Amino acid sequence: MNIGLLIHEWLVVSLALGVLLVDLWLPQSAKRNLGYAAVLGVGAILFYSLLAVRLPSAEATQYAFGNMYALDGLALFFKRFFLLAAIIVLLMSVEFAERITAGIGEYYALILFALSGMLFASSANNFALLFVSLELITVTFYVLTSFERGRLASLEAGVKYLIIGALSTGFTVFGIALVSGISGKMNFGDLAAVADNFSANKIFLFGLVFVIAGIGFKIAVFPFQVWVPDVYQGAPSPTTAFLAVGSKAAGFVLLLRVLFLAVPAITAQWANLLIILSGITILYGNLCAIPQRNVKRLLGYSGIAHAGYVLLGVAALSTAGRAAVLYYLTGYLFTVLGAFTVICLVMLRLNDEDIRGFAGLNRRSPLLAASMTLAMVSLAGIPPMAGFFGKFLLLKAVIEQGAVHPGYYCLAFTTLAGVVISLYYYFGVVRAIYWSEEPADLSPIQVSKPIRVTLYGCMAGMFFLGLFPGALVNLAAEAVRVLR
Amino acid sequence: MSILTLIICCPLLAALLLAFVPRSFRVAMRAVAVLATLVSALLAVIMFLLFNGADVSATGYRFEQQIAWVSALGISYHVGVDGINVGLVLMGAIVAFAAACVAWEIKEREKEFYILLLVMAGGILGAFASLDLFFFYFFHELALVPTFIMIGVWGRGERKNYATFQITIYLSIGALLALVGLIALYLQAGANTFDIPALTRHIFDEQHALSPGAQHFIFPLLLFGFGILVSLWPFHTWAPLGYGSAPTATAMLHAGVLKKFGLYGLIRLALPLLPGEAQSWMPLLAWLCLGNLVYCGWVAMRQKDFNRLVGYSSVAHMGFVFLGIASLTLIGITGAVLVMIAHGFLAALMFGLSGYLFQQTGTLQMADLGGLLRRLPFIGAALMLGAFAGCGLPGFANFAGEITVLFGAWTVFPHVTILACWGALIIGAVYALRAVRSMLHGPLPEKWAGVADAPHLWRKAPFILLLACLMIFGCFPGLLVEKIRPSADQIVKMVHVGQPSSPGGVLVTQASRDR
Repeated sequence: MNIGLLIHEWLVVSLALGVLLVDLWLPQSAKRNLGYAAVLGVGAILFYSLLAVRLPSAEATQYAFGNMYALDGLALFFKRFFLLAAIIVLLMSVEFAERITAGIGEYYALILFALSGMLFASSANNFALLFVSLELITVTFYVLTSFERGRLASLEAGVKYLIIGALSTGFTVFGIALVSGISGKMNFGDLAAVADNFSANKIFLFGLVFVIAGIGFKIAVFPFQVWVPDVYQGAPSPTTAFLAVGSKAAGFVLLLRVLFLAVPAITAQWANLLIILSGITILYGNLCAIPQRNVKRLLGYSGIAHAGYVLLGVAALSTAGRAAVLYYLTGYLFTVLGAFTVICLVMLRLNDEDIRGFAGLNRRSPLLAASMTLAMVSLAGIPPMAGFFGKFLLLKAVIEQGAVHPGYYCLAFTTLAGVVISLYYYFGVVRAIYWSEEPADLSPIQVSKPIRVTLYGCMAGMFFLGLFPGALVNLAAEAVRVLR
Repeated sequence: MSILTLIICCPLLAALLLAFVPRSFRVAMRAVAVLATLVSALLAVIMFLLFNGADVSATGYRFEQQIAWVSALGISYHVGVDGINVGLVLMGAIVAFAAACVAWEIKEREKEFYILLLVMAGGILGAFASLDLFFFYFFHELALVPTFIMIGVWGRGERKNYATFQITIYLSIGALLALVGLIALYLQAGANTFDIPALTRHIFDEQHALSPGAQHFIFPLLLFGFGILVSLWPFHTWAPLGYGSAPTATAMLHAGVLKKFGLYGLIRLALPLLPGEAQSWMPLLAWLCLGNLVYCGWVAMRQKDFNRLVGYSSVAHMGFVFLGIASLTLIGITGAVLVMIAHGFLAALMFGLSGYLFQQTGTLQMADLGGLLRRLPFIGAALMLGAFAGCGLPGFANFAGEITVLFGAWTVFPHVTILACWGALIIGAVYALRAVRSMLHGPLPEKWAGVADAPHLWRKAPFILLLACLMIFGCFPGLLVEKIRPSADQIVKMVHVGQPSSPGGVLVTQASRDR
């Protein structure tokens, strides 16, 4: 059984249950501060993970539950990634609490349950665990998305996410049924051993495509991206942030595991498919972001574009590419969570998240203005921020494969086109902050201490990854060594 | 720590410092910016004087410093100068100081302006000093992005927004094309290093030349990527409008210094590391450079706005550098580097003066101006000297460079050279002198009676400095040539390696032996 391996998951689930229980006895006024307790709890788990959880060696994989659950370098990397993201999202939710009329305690608990789903996803080594962890993430997000019960937009987002999510679940289950029905294997390792025999079997491939489609919904890759703008716009800001970082990264870790652990032989033949998906996703996200006026919607489309960028690393089908995926996602974590923290605070008392709400932000709160600007600069991929080095690694991985397949050169140029387009809308946000015409509201924005620390942390992360990438490059390269 | 690191860090640290200075300390901000660029310029002068071409280190670079950065990818912070970039670093540092001096015209959001200006200056100097492909690009991008923001925010004219988008899109495309070329170069070389000296060693001393197929793919990327950045005809349309809309200091730094990055990249990387393709593309480049010299010069003649005229003339002057590069001869490339340095001072001078005029009169329409020499004896005289330098009068550094380029190109492209002489000497003289006549001479319209000359030495200093540099290097071009020549010789040899039978190669080696 080896239950000790699931230490992260145990701790997070008990923390979530604890939060739910304590919430019953807490007076209404104190419920909000429960979020800080959750932050401390997750922080302690992250601290413990960094300090005490060690793999016997870099390549060694430990299994639990009959090889369903794998703990390896990749899983550990993503577990820490999700824990860090959850800390920032929880801090954001404490600020957001005043807009949530009832049940803030449950909101914290749901975030923790979603987190546990992501932790399971990062270790999934079996189609059953893949499905269960995906469902754990998705079902909690249905509730998190529609948590602002009084707001029509939030409910609408919840319903849309429910419908599309149910559809994608259907895809996944159908795909898993076909794959395991044909091959008789549920475990990734077992499947890899026999997948070669089925590389010409249409039904098997069909099933695999359906599984990838189900994961594609989570990542928001074209053509499964339709839900993103509406859901991002309507959902409460902390939920959107967690969707943008946690859910996306969970999709990517599952994608990496399925493609490179379950069916490596077939993936090698899918270069064209991945190139085309990645190229279209980049163009679609960037082009659609141009006319957006709602900041969360804009970040939704930009998130689609970034899913395309990260997919570059997957499409490269090389170790360098997969390491670049991990690097890019880490930079993206700091950048996007920083941006959403700012959005959450600035738009707290506004009805819509129109870009005009940023007018005069540099006078209302220089810290928020600086964080948002740096986040946009990093998303646009400008040195010396994390986004630049991440894009550099991805591009390098793609061009490296150009010698094998000329399609990669086309992909590199598509990426460049996307980057140039994206400059327009990212600078539009920066312009709205510093150089708007007549700001309607110039009252200073109070930034609480925890949020201050969060923002400094995000900025430090963006700068550190951009200026001193060496350490993370090595870590990422270590983590992807288990993939083939 | 190398003196180069100090030169680069001075403006960057000052930018960081300014971020913490309260907005109301206006004088302090100006002082910090001017002081930081001054220190950087003085250090650059010291470095230039200490640089002794005859005593270069084993790798051919001096004042080297190398710090490993991402060792897994072979990226390191590596700076150093040889004959090619020592003059460029000096020019960049001096122009940055002059630009900081003329930035007094900025009256709003000074804090952000000075921070961006200092980042730009640090980025430019870093790009020229870098001996690592990654940092070479990194620093350039660091300098390029502030340019866009400065034009968008502090720019002038009705078409400011259009100009901002045009320059952003053009230059981003150029830079990204070059980035793809650089990454491909790194990957194809297969040495797992971004270090330029190490790459050079790998390719030449160890005989790992890039395959013809790879060169065939990479060279156009670098040529056109860098070409867009340098306003190579027909990719020049961003330049006149962009410079016309930019605030003075930005136009000075970009037209004077940052634009030379692409040329430097061609000379330092594209020619020596991809010699086979370089040879086959050069005839085309020679003809394209006529587009700069003749066509853009012609367009400059028709301009009614002085700033646009200066913009077109700076595009036109790039033609000389391209011609020198295209010749692939020692004399041509030496001349190209000389023109790069001379034009840096000249473009900064002209944009600085036009900025002063605009600040005084509010217009640069040449038809509206006239007789200003009477009201502006100093500025007018400086403008005239600048115009003379621009049309290639002996005694200014431009003359030395241009004549060298023409000598170098004559042996390889005689037809192009003849046309280029016409473009440069006749057309250049026509538009420059016509501008001088219509703005400085003739009757003084009533409305300009209140125009004031630069009041004190402090305002005059940047122009005096730039003119002095033009004249010093014009009267004593040997100061630069003796430094450039050994390094240029190295590059020419690398271009012609592997093709000893080509006529150009024989000619060049003979020429270099003769000297």
